[in-house]
Amino acid sequence: MTTVNTPSQGLETASASTPAIELRGINKHFGPVHANRDIDLVIRRGTVHGIVGENGAGKSTLMSILYGFYTADSGDIFVNGTKQNITDSRHALALGIGMVHQHFMLVENFTVLENIVLGAEDSAFLRPTLAKARAQLKQLATDYGLEVSPDAIIEDLSVGQQQRVEILKALYRGADILILDEPTGVLTPAEADHLFRILRTLRDEGKTVILITHKLREIMAITDEVSVMRQGAMVKTLETSKTSPTELAEAMVGRRVLLRVEKGPASPGKVMLEVKNLVVADDFGIPRVKDVSFSVRAGEIVGIAGVSGNGQSELLESITGMRDQTAGTVFLNGQPLSLDGDDGAARARAAGLAHVPEDRIRMGLITAFEEWENTILGYQDSYGSGPGLSIAKAKATAKEYIAKFDIRPSNPELKTANFSGGNQQKIVLAREMERDPDVLVIGQPTRGVDIGAIEFIHNEIIKMRDEGKAILLVSVELDEIRSLSDRIIVIFDGQIVGEADPATADEGALGLLMAGVTEQGHSPGPGTLPDHVTPIERNLTEMSPKDNSAKDVSP
Amino acid sequence: MNYFNDLILILDSTVRLAVPLILACLAGLYSERAGIVDIGLEGKLLGSAFGAAAVAAVTGSPWLGLFAGIGVALAMSGIHGLASINLKGNQTISGVALNFLAAGLTTFLGQSWFHRGGMTPQLNNDQRFNPIVLPFAPELAGVPILGPIYSELISGHNILAYAAFVAVPITAFVLFQTRFGLRLRAVGENPKALDTAGISVTLLRYQALIITAVLVGIGGTYLSIAQSAGFNNNMSAGRGYIALAALIFAKWKPWPALLVCLLFGFLDALQFRLQGIRFPVIGEVPVQAIQVLPYVLTIILLAGFIGRAVAPKASGIPYTKER
Amino acid sequence: MSVRTPLPRWVDVALLPALNVILAFLIGGLIVLAVGQNPLQAVGIMIGGAFGYGLGFGYTLYYTTDFIFAGLAVSLAYHAGMFNIGPEGQAYVGGLGVILVALALNGLHWSLMFPLMIVAGALFGAFWAFIPGVLQAKRGSHIVITTILFNFIAVSLMSYIITRILKPEGVQSDESAPIDAISRIPRLGEFIGLFGRSPVNLTFILAILALGFVYWLVWHSKFGYAMRALGHNPTATRYAGISSSRMIMITMALAGALAAMVAVNNVGSVQGRLILNFVNGAGFVGVAVAFMGKAHPIGVALSALLFGALYQGGQELAFSMPGITKEMIVTIQALVILFTGAMGDMLRIPLERLFARGATESGT
Repeated sequence: MTTVNTPSQGLETASASTPAIELRGINKHFGPVHANRDIDLVIRRGTVHGIVGENGAGKSTLMSILYGFYTADSGDIFVNGTKQNITDSRHALALGIGMVHQHFMLVENFTVLENIVLGAEDSAFLRPTLAKARAQLKQLATDYGLEVSPDAIIEDLSVGQQQRVEILKALYRGADILILDEPTGVLTPAEADHLFRILRTLRDEGKTVILITHKLREIMAITDEVSVMRQGAMVKTLETSKTSPTELAEAMVGRRVLLRVEKGPASPGKVMLEVKNLVVADDFGIPRVKDVSFSVRAGEIVGIAGVSGNGQSELLESITGMRDQTAGTVFLNGQPLSLDGDDGAARARAAGLAHVPEDRIRMGLITAFEEWENTILGYQDSYGSGPGLSIAKAKATAKEYIAKFDIRPSNPELKTANFSGGNQQKIVLAREMERDPDVLVIGQPTRGVDIGAIEFIHNEIIKMRDEGKAILLVSVELDEIRSLSDRIIVIFDGQIVGEADPATADEGALGLLMAGVTEQGHSPGPGTLPDHVTPIERNLTEMSPKDNSAKDVSP
Repeated sequence: MNYFNDLILILDSTVRLAVPLILACLAGLYSERAGIVDIGLEGKLLGSAFGAAAVAAVTGSPWLGLFAGIGVALAMSGIHGLASINLKGNQTISGVALNFLAAGLTTFLGQSWFHRGGMTPQLNNDQRFNPIVLPFAPELAGVPILGPIYSELISGHNILAYAAFVAVPITAFVLFQTRFGLRLRAVGENPKALDTAGISVTLLRYQALIITAVLVGIGGTYLSIAQSAGFNNNMSAGRGYIALAALIFAKWKPWPALLVCLLFGFLDALQFRLQGIRFPVIGEVPVQAIQVLPYVLTIILLAGFIGRAVAPKASGIPYTKER
Repeated sequence: MSVRTPLPRWVDVALLPALNVILAFLIGGLIVLAVGQNPLQAVGIMIGGAFGYGLGFGYTLYYTTDFIFAGLAVSLAYHAGMFNIGPEGQAYVGGLGVILVALALNGLHWSLMFPLMIVAGALFGAFWAFIPGVLQAKRGSHIVITTILFNFIAVSLMSYIITRILKPEGVQSDESAPIDAISRIPRLGEFIGLFGRSPVNLTFILAILALGFVYWLVWHSKFGYAMRALGHNPTATRYAGISSSRMIMITMALAGALAAMVAVNNVGSVQGRLILNFVNGAGFVGVAVAFMGKAHPIGVALSALLFGALYQGGQELAFSMPGITKEMIVTIQALVILFTGAMGDMLRIPLERLFARGATESGT
């Protein structure tokens, strides 16, 4: 095992039973928000320790304190038995603590090598630094199975490969304790498996791995111990082999949780949305949707399953008028839609298509606007007969939706930025659903939304289906697709690669389809995707602790 | 007419006129690569031109003038940095405000101190930077073709001009062959990558601002006490903005920046040659039409080439520690 | 990091900007001191000159008119997310429209000439702003740089037009032929004796109307909703089916039209002819006014009044204290933009602490 830059402190006094990390009484406030309350945590060396909790539970904040990104208001941190006052990331690295972030901290137009040495260069001139790093990188790759080409440019790499670069960055700096924050959000099931293999190797070589996630399946698959956080506090720590997803979910939310939504059978009517031979390119002119055709009937939910970055975003954007098509046609209720141009979305709406976007903060809401202003976004021309805007009518509509969808706080004049993720999503849903559209296109409906609100949103979607709407659903959460859809379509590399019936579909088979493995046996290696595909997740919404400032504490 | 001689003279002017642009352009390069938008280049050119001329007039030393010029630019960069890095203000507004500040203060102080309607006193040759004659230049002048190129074009510029040309390869080296350059480029693309590695984004950006100030300070000094013999109202005449456009056109790279700035210098040089010349159909070209050429060209550049040029990703965005 | 309580709204909207302005003036005062003049005496003369007597007040209102138009031109574009630094050039070119229609119909009664000059000026000014708008919308050219460059181009263009085309034979100074007295917009002094022969004229009423119009447009119209959406979030704007490029172009055209009203105030009334460089910096004052007034019509009105008083007071000062000039005003303008615009939050943290201490009364 190679240690490249040996950590300078801590390991001398460690014995086999000393925990790698111990936290006592950690507290952290962000303004009025108490993000971490009196947290005690013990992480044993040489284990994979999971930290699980809902969005906003405080797990990322806690790890950021450990990594030196934030300073705790009070409490103690012990690294390998010695009390430490971690002042910044440099200090944490010196102590052997490395972090692999959820949103990669990579410079996209640099090479792998340049990214790895950035901030840890050992000479003022680049040539000698890079040469030395190249050799060390080779060694690390052999030791831990982390193969990446040192001269590849980050933006050309697959997400799985980029993640490996992040891990290498930490190892290059001599990290003994690795923190991974939501690592599988952007990976296919196969790539996730590969990651877990790497984590097991790291653990077997004596490293300590801390895994932050909200995915119960991962906890069960890879961790030795798991700690549950809820609303800023540490609820309990369990041995993974002795617990279950149900028990963990309950601990996360504090009550019994239905992990599956209840719905009756679908009775699909006529075809409302038809997509024919659609080709859509991204901002750089590279085709992302390559000859896609499918249809959605009234009264059915069609779910598109796939790892993010395989063209779903471009597909949704083009159907809803947010991105011009290169070729193909979209038919609504039998009529072809002309969606091109800056104002394509207006025509889509006029034809009866509503859109709940993947990224509500970037696309679906204007957070600086007051709540009532967002209630009319996209439909503003129907509030007021002439050039004037009927503010009274808009506010009345907003109050109506607030009551119907239980949006909190119930003040339509509050700035939308002050609403929690779940309530913001409700504002968008209410707006799109209440206009009585024929077709509803939904992307990532429950991203960044708490479990309680998730139930509500899923039920509303089922309700719309039962009212005879045609619903197109896109989600990277396979569970969501499977529990909501009447029909599943799998997208990979911009093409539809398969269809499945959710009642009978096998998750493994779906996973393979999502990774591009077809009957012909074309099977790219784990974590690699064909050269021209660069599934970089640009649309992730960043959840900062400040989002909790007006968070509702109810279902 | 001896066309070759004419060409040499025009190229000589080109070089002279391009120098402030090159310096301002390189200055902007460091800022922008570090993720700071510097609309205030114009104001810094003007301010440092004034500072240099005023101090040179009072002390009689062009070198003290140079220090003053750089000093003014440093002060202005400091304000810009405070506003945009520490206070996370809007960098465009801060730049625009600094330009107004420079325009107002230079004329105001100029009038208050020297009572010449905003101008500084005429400087004599001792108080300016003078042309440096390179070894054997007069002797080689007679050599055909190469002689005039050496003795007119290459020799005979002042030290600040040579500094500008030397700054280009130095910048290329620093940017792409040093640790500092790597970090600088990173902080303009993804400052979080550095922050999480424990490197101070603030410090790096201030370092970039300091280099910017030094370069643009030399540029302003050149304008007033090397190229001219004193400060005139608004003598920067939009060069700061032209330098920005040149930078964008050059895709934030040092050698292309040099070429674009030379192109503008060439246009400027042409301006003087074209005045008073009668063309066959058009007649005499009005002076205003020639004056307007650099600005129109800048507009054409901006219209034609943005969209293909990809700015440093974090350009103009104040960095906050947020997850 | 300690707990931060947000400031009460009145402090945010009124006190903080006021303090920023005072700070700008304090620093300006220091500069005045540094050149050996007495700032307090200067301020006294300025206030007296701006408000102390009818003629002076008239001059103040005349300048205020210009600054309201320029301020609105910048504010309107700001709501759509653009920094329009071009009112100087837009007003200048607007003057061309005003003089052309006025000379073509010279002798027409002012009650008919007034609306015609407004329309012609607006069209020309709109055009000058529209081109940078198109470049931004279609080619992504940075509107700050293009509007600034267009100011430079306007100077050369108008210089050529005035000196080579509009200047009548035998006239020495660089100006156009004059508009007949009957066609010029009358001064307020003709209706209200208080203002005497000061240049403030009916265009002032137009300025007040413009303030109301912009308020309605930005916050009570569908167009304004779309504009503000664009200013906050261009992606959500596309999501909403609003054409960003159309919004950019129309907003810039409107802004240019507003700026051109400065020409109506000057060319169409007081000067009665197109004079070289008649805008004389009003466009740049508009930028300061817009930032100080936080792009809101009420703020713009108050800031425009402040700068109008500064200008008139400054003229008064020029007679009494020759050591201080118009450039001092430009300097203060710049300081105001700096403090209210870019460094607006500088005093926020100390103020927050002050108010938090007052609230808890425990002095931590």
